[in-house]
Amino acid sequence: MREVGYFDIVERVAEICVKAACLLPEDVFAALEKSVGIEVSELGASLLRDCVRNSQVASEKECPICQDTGFAVFFVEMGEEVRVEGGSLAGAISEGTALGYSRGYLRKSIVDDPVFGRRNTGDNTPPVIHLELVPGDKIRIVVAPKGGGSENMSALAMLKPSDGKRGIVEFAVKTVVEAGGNPCPPLVVGIGVGGTFEKAAILAKKSLLRPLGQPSTSSGYALMEAEILGRINSSGVGPQGLGGSVTALAVHIEHFPCHIASLPVAVNLNCHAARHAETTI
Amino acid sequence: MEPRRITSPLDETTARNLRSGERVLLDGVIYTARDAAHQRWCEALGTGDEPFFESEGAAVYFAGPTPAKPGAKVGSIGPTTSGRMDAYSPTVIRKAKIRAMIGKGNRSAAVVEAMKECGCVYLAAAGGLGALLAESVIESEIVAYADLGPEAVRRLVVRGFPAVVAIDCEGNNLYETGPMQFRTVK
Repeated sequence: MREVGYFDIVERVAEICVKAACLLPEDVFAALEKSVGIEVSELGASLLRDCVRNSQVASEKECPICQDTGFAVFFVEMGEEVRVEGGSLAGAISEGTALGYSRGYLRKSIVDDPVFGRRNTGDNTPPVIHLELVPGDKIRIVVAPKGGGSENMSALAMLKPSDGKRGIVEFAVKTVVEAGGNPCPPLVVGIGVGGTFEKAAILAKKSLLRPLGQPSTSSGYALMEAEILGRINSSGVGPQGLGGSVTALAVHIEHFPCHIASLPVAVNLNCHAARHAETTI
Repeated sequence: MEPRRITSPLDETTARNLRSGERVLLDGVIYTARDAAHQRWCEALGTGDEPFFESEGAAVYFAGPTPAKPGAKVGSIGPTTSGRMDAYSPTVIRKAKIRAMIGKGNRSAAVVEAMKECGCVYLAAAGGLGALLAESVIESEIVAYADLGPEAVRRLVVRGFPAVVAIDCEGNNLYETGPMQFRTVK
């Protein structure tokens, strides 16, 4: 059994927290640059140019792309032949989050209780950790900091199987259009279809990590992605919700088998600062 | 068209002359306040406590920045979703007599009603552009509720802060007219 030191994980996690906050992934940057030429609204195009400039400034100054450096959400693939020496995996990820958010001058946006008191925890912990056991002796850790503005406009519906493809398309388009400028369009739209109530939501979030605009490997879902993207971009919502033709940069669908009675659909919206970073130990 | 240069605090005539869809560059003093600060502010306005800043004519920016790095005036500082302040803004507009709000996203009918009545304008700053917007902040100091951390009230001095008039004092609303103009399906 391979061993990985607790503090090695802490350090790596801190690094990817800061990197994700300050450096926009290349595929997202390229999509933003391309969108400037597509946007038909003059104001919209100017707002998209500002998005490009913003990520350049953030990268040059090593400062956060957005002040909302988010909830630290982790997707971890833990090899079955590796163990953490000197502490727990969850503990190391939490400590790494606190270290990264402090060292990187990132905003601490987590309150200790959703209803009573709402006191800031002061170090952006706890993180949310999605753990998957995989073959091998490596630990792959992906952080996807999630801002409140786009998370708040996300939605989940337990559709009827008879609602089918049409129901999914309508629900996704409605979620984006009703969100207007709140989630900071242009968006990346993550959709989870199938599974259970919670599985659909996790799939939706995970789909946001796919290389931007890479279609689903299943042709039926790839066609749905294109149809939803087309509908969203003809809605007029536009950059920042102020009107235009670029409301979303991409739509990603992930699917999973489901119960004979069910058709769960989760739509997780991500702002144009579609941030994530990863490390493999 | 070149953006219009305006200075905060704004007088009522200037505010009422701004038109929905117009781009502006803002100079002068603005105050940050978001969810928790608004809650306390409204409680203070209700009890008649001393206001914590000269609110009459002020511009309020719905924002909570990242901590400033050593040597920087402020961290990244873009707008948060204004809709969460809809519960407080009518009170703040009427009682604290603010002249401008800066944020992102649409506002409720009750907020627009108070804006028309009192001559308050709503400016949209681009969401997710905290690094860029920080470049126009030349001074920053905490003036109230320091215990709220990122939600503390800050007095900012800005130069050339870019924004768009989203809802003007007549209630014309770019969040409604903009998408309508560019919609290509029913």
